[in-house]
Formats: sequence, C-alpha cells, structure tokens
Amino acid sequence: MLQQLEGSRAVAETVARCRPEVVCAYPISPQTHIIEAIGAMVKDGRLAPCEFINVESEYAAMSVSIGASAAGARTYTATASQGLLFMIEAVYNAAGLGLPVVMTLANRAIGAPINIWNDHSDAMAVRDAGWIQLFAETNQEAADLHVQAFRLAETLSVPVMVCMDGFILTHAVEAVDLIDQAVVDSFLPPYEPRQVLDPDDPVSIGAMVGPEAFEEVRYLAHLRQLDALELIPEVAEEFAALTGRVSGGLLHPYRLEDADTVIVAMGSVLGTIKDAVDARRGAGERVGVLGVTAFRPFPVAAVADALAGARRVIVVEKAFSLGMGGVLATDVATASPASGHDLATVVAGLGGRPITRRDVEGILERSAQGTLPRLSFLNLDDDVVARERARMAASRRSGPFAENVLRDLATGGAHR
Amino acid sequence: MTETRVHFYQVGSFAVGNRLLSDADRTVQASRERTNSLDSGHRACQGCGEALGARYALDAAMRATGGRLVAVNATGCLEVFSTPFPETSWRIAWLHSLFGNAPAVATGVAAALRAKGRDDVRVVGQAGDGGTVDIGFGALSGMFERNDDVLFICYDNEGYMNTGVQRSAATPPTARTATSEAVGVDPGNVFGQGKDLPRIAMAHDIPYVATATVADLHDLERKVERAMTFHGARYLHVLVPCPLGWGAASADTVRLARLAAESGFFPVFEAEHGVVTGVRRIRRRVGVEEYLRPQRRFAHLFSGPGRPDLVARLQALADANVERYGLAPQEE
Ligand SMILES: Cc1ncc(C[n+]2csc(CCOP(=O)(O)OP(=O)(O)O)c2C)c(N)n1
Ligand code: SF4
Ligand SMILES: [Mg+2]
Repeated sequence: MLQQLEGSRAVAETVARCRPEVVCAYPISPQTHIIEAIGAMVKDGRLAPCEFINVESEYAAMSVSIGASAAGARTYTATASQGLLFMIEAVYNAAGLGLPVVMTLANRAIGAPINIWNDHSDAMAVRDAGWIQLFAETNQEAADLHVQAFRLAETLSVPVMVCMDGFILTHAVEAVDLIDQAVVDSFLPPYEPRQVLDPDDPVSIGAMVGPEAFEEVRYLAHLRQLDALELIPEVAEEFAALTGRVSGGLLHPYRLEDADTVIVAMGSVLGTIKDAVDARRGAGERVGVLGVTAFRPFPVAAVADALAGARRVIVVEKAFSLGMGGVLATDVATASPASGHDLATVVAGLGGRPITRRDVEGILERSAQGTLPRLSFLNLDDDVVARERARMAASRRSGPFAENVLRDLATGGAHR
Repeated sequence: MTETRVHFYQVGSFAVGNRLLSDADRTVQASRERTNSLDSGHRACQGCGEALGARYALDAAMRATGGRLVAVNATGCLEVFSTPFPETSWRIAWLHSLFGNAPAVATGVAAALRAKGRDDVRVVGQAGDGGTVDIGFGALSGMFERNDDVLFICYDNEGYMNTGVQRSAATPPTARTATSEAVGVDPGNVFGQGKDLPRIAMAHDIPYVATATVADLHDLERKVERAMTFHGARYLHVLVPCPLGWGAASADTVRLARLAAESGFFPVFEAEHGVVTGVRRIRRRVGVEEYLRPQRRFAHLFSGPGRPDLVARLQALADANVERYGLAPQEE
C-alpha cells in the first residue's frame, strides 16, 4: 500500500522489518531522522529483542557494530559525511573482518568548509574499504535496498552501505510502498554467521597477518566482491518476483537502445536526468541514461556492455578527486572499450547545489555541439573564482578563501 | 581457649603458600581446573608482566563465569604476542579489532549477547595503557557512562611498548622513552598533570574499580572475581612491568611491581560505586629510589651527580598517594 512517507521514515520502517538485533548510531544530519525513528521503535519494545546503543562517537558506533556482528547479531547503523570519516578506521576493519553490518549513508559533503548538504564525497572517500556500496535513486528504492542489503551482507559476509542522497531523499516526503513483514521474513532468513564469538567453540578473530598471507586474504575479499556482482542482480530479481518492484541490481539503464549519447550518474539526480533525456528524445535526439546502482563492486563488464553502442559518454557526478577529476568517471573509463567513445566528466551538485533539468539539457547540448570539455564544473561562477585568485595574487595575507568567497558573493564582487 | 599465632614462611614477599589456605581461598592458577586462557607458546619477552597479568586475570574471569566468557583485545603487545598465527595462545573466544576501540567493541559484544538472551556469557575488554588511557579513552568513558556490562582491564606498562617504547599518558615523569629521551635540562618524560584513570573511572560512579599489580597475583585474581559479581561497567587497572621498555632484568618483574606498590608510587585499592572500599596497605615502606634504581629508564636520575631534585618530586607523588588512600603501613 502506498503511503506518503519521509525517506528517513521509510528506511527506518524497513530496517525495523529486517529485525535487527543491535542498532548503534551517532547523530549527524541528514541521517538523524532514521536513527531517531528506529531508536523510538526499540525503546517502546516494538523491535524486541533489539538493543539500541547511544554512543559517544561514530568511531564507537562502528566499533559497537563490529562487536555485535562478531557476536552473531544482525547489526545496523547509519551515518553521513564527517561521521563516516570519523569512523573510517572501523569501516575498513568491519570489512576486513568480514562482518555483515548494514549501514545507511545519508550522502553529504565533507568539510572544510563545513557543509551539511548533499553530494557524494563521503561515499567516494571509502570506496576502497571493502564495503558493497549501493546507491538509491528514489525513496522506494532506498527502503527496498535495505532488505536486499541484509541479504547480500549476510550471504557473503561483507558489509553493505546503502547510499541515499541527504535531504533530497532522506527528508523528502513521497509515496512509498512499505514492504510487508511476511515478505521480509521469507526473503531474509535469520542470520547464520560464518564466524562467531562463542564460548562453546572459542576462536581467535583478528590476528596479525604478515606478508606470507596478506595478499591472499585481500584477494579473497576481492573475490567476495566479485561474487557480489553475481548475487546483486539475483537478489534484485528475487525481490522483484516477491514485490513486483524493480529495486537494486547493478545498473538502471534508461532509453539506452540506439542511444549515441549516454549520461552516467548515481542517486536521486537520475530522476532529473531522465526527465531531460525524455525531453531531448522528444526532440529526436538519441540520448539515454545509465544509472549506476552498484558502485562497489563496480560492474565493469555490465557498464562496458551498456555503453557499447555509445559515441559520447557523459559522467555527471557529485564528487571529484582534487587534482585529478571524476571518480565515477575513472571507473567508467576503465570499463569503456579501448576503441572508445568520448568521455566527459561534469562535476555537479557539490555541497547541495541544485542540478536542474535545464542544466542537464545544457550539458547534452554542449556535448552535441562538441563544446563539452573533458572535465567541467556545472554552473561554476568563474568570476568569483577569478576575483579570489586575484586577491591571492595581490596579497600574501589574503585570508581564508572560503570566507572570502562568501563575502565576495554578499557584496556582489565589491569585496577586495 | 589458647590462641596460637601462625608464623608464615617469610619469603620477602609476604606471600603465603597455597597449602596453608582453605580450598576456596587458593589461587585459580593453583587449580588444575584453570583454563590456561592465555596458553604457553606466545611470543612475549621473557619476564613480561603483561603476559603474567593477562593469564591470571583471564583465568580468574573464566573461573568466575564458569567458562562463559568472550574477550575483546585492543592492538598492542598482548594482541601481537598472543596470536602469531597459525598459532594462537587464546583458549577463549577472542576478538581483536583496532587499537582505540576495544571498549566499544566489547559493548557491541555485550549488546549482541543481551539481544540473544545469552545472559550467561560475560565480556572482558582489555588493552595496554595506550589503548586505555590515550587512544581508547573516549570509547572507554562512553562505555562507563552507559554502564555497559563489560569488565575492562588495562595492563599498564607505562608506555607504548608494542611500537618500540614510546611515551603514553601513563608514562611516569622523568622516565626515558623513545619519545621522551633522557636528554636536555629536563631529561625523560615531563611532569604533566598525570591522567589517573582509576580515579577518572571512579568519577563515572561505575559499580567497581580496582587497581592491582603482578606482585600480588592472588589479589589480582580476587579482584577479577569480585568484579564479576557486579553487572555494569567495571574497570581493573593492573601494573605490569615491562623488562624491555623499563630496562629491567626479566627476573625483576614481580619485584618491581612490588616495589611500585610498597613505595606508594602505584596505589593498590578498590572502589565500589565511586567510593574507595579497600586499600592494600604498604607492608614495609620503601623510598621511590629503591623502585626507580633497577630500571634503566630512570638511570639518568642517578648517574653522575644525579638529579635528587627530580627524585624528590617523584617521592612527593608517592607520598601524595600514601596520603590520599591511607596506604601507610599498619603499626605493629
Ligand atoms: C590508530 C592507531 N595508531 C597507532 C597504532 C600503532 N600502535 C599499535 S600498538 C601501539 C602501542 C600500544 O601501547 P599500549 O596500548 O600501551 O600496549 P602495549 O604494547 O604497551 O602493551 C601503537 C602506538 C595503531 N595500531 N593504530
Ligand atoms: S615489550 Fe614489554 S609488554 Fe611487550 S612483550 Fe616485551 S615485556 Fe611484554
Ligand atoms: Mg603499554
């Protein structure tokens, strides 16, 4: 039954139906509504037997999750941005130990300058940590992905991060069909750990591994990611058979048949891009969209397949590697056939800057005219940048540049 | 009725032979039922106080829980020397995650056990002084504040030994470490404000806090067993001399631990719900110099003209402990 629900509420209700046994989190916008809702459900006994632990930091949140998962509990947490970075050592550790923790990442920019709005910098910062990273396009998909995430995590003994755009999804109210408890129960068997801390069968977990075996251990973890490439679509298909909903999987191709220009993107911006593509299709252009749902493991072969017919590929991404360029774009380039197509990266939506349908159409126009550079920044205010560069050149003590830019904007460029 | 005074065999340690004790009072180690939680074959240095303390503490915890125990370990010497895979010295369920998160991981294990209705299984977290007093401090304080059902044991060898003897917040003033060299006008570690973790733990009003040394292993065992009678957060701070880091003879580990206590430099006491309930009074008081001299990390205090001024300041720290906890020897 469709209900008007905030994205965070939809996720919380869905996680609840996954019957977590330990939930531990530390508040950070835009993740707060999710854990507040789950916390309340645990407190009023609705989720019993489930423990909700209020901790003193994200580092503790992930560490508690590690202990709980190693002791055999189905474990959930959520964070964003600075919180993810604060727990990063434990994020790697959870994956290294093969613990199937599920975490929602309410994608948000990383400071400095501090910024609470959406982009994908946080997810990109842990792309090599060994977690499966799935990106939700809508609130419906965000909710559904959590059920699939527990299934994937526990089958493979790999932690899974469900990435959903902060505010744009977490705080948006839209129609969501919450999954029935009975469906979740049939889809998600009780967690049977591969390794568990048990006094009746004591094992040592977390030993030092030297050069004699480290490579093999890491390679085995890589193989589990490759296994995930097989399992993710299977799980999504099974989910679709039960619910009738297409959520998850590796990729979301849209109007790719005969497309010679394809935009690749992740997350909620896909909706906007699809609208733009519909409009251009209406004008007779052969354009399409490739939504990447599974960013880790990255579906190299499937992406190569999907882009095989394209002449121009444009990666629109909400993050970039400073001094280099696109992150998703680099992976897409790896997947692109050697003969290749033109590949352009458009960095967009940083720190919550809106990406409109008109913006996307503009990108497509420039691409068609051959004026889209290899790397560009959407709606970058070149004048502001030039003025700050000038201030820096004029004075050694030009001051903090973020604050200069804000003052510059407030004074319409009059700030010296 | 006539009273017979029993004269115990004096071995200079005030130790009492097990055979003179009732069965219930005998050490866990003396029992053939001990678990050997930390079994032989590990790679600790000869005379390692940490290995000694951990073995006694965990066997006592195993006895107190009827073998229903899970241990969580921080990175550090104990973790490294105990698990040279494919060998492991642990005969108990054991998890190592990171250097700074052992208290939180232990909380997670306890939470999972509670959710699963396994109230029979208890959790011990353990770390060196670095993992406890420094990098794990926030997590430990959080665990205390929530009163999670974890016994946390700090094996305090007063430095980051695993990484080559660097200074920690538990390193005593003037001690030479690799990051507080015995050079300059104020050689060795500085006189800071100190970071007295047992007292900080007490300030959380947790059910049980105690200190112990490997000089009195029976006392250590008793405190572990006492700790296990409580639920909630408990903290045990054990002084464990490190021959390598302290520049001491391997055979002197127990003697140094005893001198630390007998000089008042390391106060041995226990507290319940934030209130001191017992102290181990000094039997035969010694000056700190007797404790410091056998350790090369303090050699600069005694070579050449020496630094009597610094020794006096260290003595003042010991005196303050004696005063604070009432450790002065009982009049005969
Ligand atoms: C985050 C992090 N920082 C630093 C280290 C390096 N490191 C490992 S063990 C250790 C010192 C351990 O000292 P302590 O906790 O006192 O234990 P000990 O080895 O002395 O028993 C350090 C600094 C690490 N493993 N992780
Ligand atoms: S360095 Fe010290 S603590 Fe580490 S094993 Fe050797 S004696 Fe023990
Ligand atoms: Mg130490």
